[in-house]
Amino acid sequence: MKEFNGKILFLDRSDINTDEIIPAKYLTEATKAALKPYCLEDLILEGFDSKRDLAGKSVIVTRANFGCGSSREHAPWVLECNGFNLVIAENFARIFRQNMYNCGMIAAELPAEKIDEMFRLFAGTDAELVTDLEKKTFTVTGGGKTRTYDFTIGSFDLELVKAGGWVAYADKKY
Amino acid sequence: MGRTVAQKIFDAHEVDRPEPQIRVLSLDRVFCHEITTPIAINDLVVTGRDRVFDASRIKAVIDHVSPAKDSKTAVQGKTLRDWVRRHGIKDFFDIGDNGVCHAIFPEKGFVRPGQTIIMGDSHTCTHGAFGAFAAGVGTTDLEVGILKGVCAFHDPKTIKVEVTGKLPEGVYAKDLILSIIRDLTVNGATGQVIEFAGDAVAALGMDGRMTLSNMAVEAGATCGICYPDATTVEYLWPFIQKEFPSREAALAEYSRFLPDADAQYSKVVRIKAEELVPVATVNYKPDQVKAVSELAGTRVDQVYIGSCTNGRIEDLRVAAQVMKGKHLAEGVRCIVSPATPLIFRMALAEGLMQIFMDAGCCVTNPTCGACLGMSNGVLAPGEVCASTTNRNFNGRMGKGGMVHLMSPATAAATAVAGTIVNSPLFKGGR
Repeated sequence: MKEFNGKILFLDRSDINTDEIIPAKYLTEATKAALKPYCLEDLILEGFDSKRDLAGKSVIVTRANFGCGSSREHAPWVLECNGFNLVIAENFARIFRQNMYNCGMIAAELPAEKIDEMFRLFAGTDAELVTDLEKKTFTVTGGGKTRTYDFTIGSFDLELVKAGGWVAYADKKY
Repeated sequence: MGRTVAQKIFDAHEVDRPEPQIRVLSLDRVFCHEITTPIAINDLVVTGRDRVFDASRIKAVIDHVSPAKDSKTAVQGKTLRDWVRRHGIKDFFDIGDNGVCHAIFPEKGFVRPGQTIIMGDSHTCTHGAFGAFAAGVGTTDLEVGILKGVCAFHDPKTIKVEVTGKLPEGVYAKDLILSIIRDLTVNGATGQVIEFAGDAVAALGMDGRMTLSNMAVEAGATCGICYPDATTVEYLWPFIQKEFPSREAALAEYSRFLPDADAQYSKVVRIKAEELVPVATVNYKPDQVKAVSELAGTRVDQVYIGSCTNGRIEDLRVAAQVMKGKHLAEGVRCIVSPATPLIFRMALAEGLMQIFMDAGCCVTNPTCGACLGMSNGVLAPGEVCASTTNRNFNGRMGKGGMVHLMSPATAAATAVAGTIVNSPLFKGGR
């Protein structure tokens, strides 16, 4: 099972699409590892620099409809290559969300007001998040504050995370 | 309780229900192209699972970069080519016979009402035009589809979009779907299915219906479904005439997948076709849509007519009608890419290619190329493209480029004018 803890990268925008996460011109790469330098290269977000802002971060917190657009699984792969196994958002595009769980990664949905609070309290601090998959909580610490957020994960999604993805799960079961 | 189209198709294909909301479906079709399939193939090989569940249900095409533009894309093509040979996958469309996946697979008769279809491509929702449940998936879902013939989906909610009346002259399926996405927003149908209903949808031919279903995903939808009817059966008849004694019998069979009168919808959107006008996108999201008249005067560098959205024969006919006897505006280039070899041949036979070439257009072979900035018409930074494709995302057709999505009629008129403008086919005068 992957790690779901670490420092948070806050992306304060809705509808971040998979072309922004990994532009199509890189889809000709034959390996996942080759994608690494291009993560979030075309993201439109004021003040954001993909060459500078990803370093040392392992969790993304963002707004609504993250991962909309293309079906490219290169989007979760490029996040994984850069150490991100967990994205927290108000909601996700269906294909992106499924791709995350299919890779044994987590796309967790929290209500808009909880996301708002995370941005208000922790964006701009050196915030760190710890996931407890048993209790189903995220604990965020930063700027002298700590908050714990409950999240839900379906039993099927959790099995995919524990199995390390859909191929391993399906190969056993079907 | 009444069932929607997607629920009826799910009921007919369910093989497992690992939790109440998750339904694992058997697949009638797994479509493959050379961009998202090779990594699945390589993984199957490396893990000792290089098998396919049913070679006759797998269809493959090289379309995204065709012909190969460099060594990397050549390897992607070769990986797919070697794999189909190795497994006896007969329906494979290589350079020369190949077209854009969502145009060529329906054209070959592979798509039928009531089917389940996946492909590693988000615009797989196009095939909903035939009353199928067709969904774009990632490479892992594709890999499991290839290996096991199954895919897991959440039990679908459905939004019904009912379009009544008659589209005004010069207003097309593209204007309709862009207007629907504007109303729903890019997150408005996330994880849901859309049923396109109403007499304005029934009046569309299959080409128009595919344009409509193609962009369902731009509102977040898993699939956009049109109801199978006499138009659907007529399109499919050459492929199904041995299966059914008559067209009526085929329609009766396919009608099993029509929604019940008391089907439950999460939302019903009603649109009056008469009120629609030609529209185009602004900025970087497909729900940022304005009337073409509001964008009038916007200068463009390139016009692109093609893609899985609008590269079919009806699209080329309309574009040619607008361009006939005209020439591109100075400083504007226009690329026309028929979506399949058959469409290319029809356009040649009908004299459309002559019209495009006389106007100064570059006519290319069928490929996805420019739509996603991979080849055959990539934009330079700062350039503006009027395009009949489906995505205006930042950098989509080339880093730093701006894409305005529109119908083939508007795109052709824009190519001639050099600035975004309504086509003369639209008499609305706005």
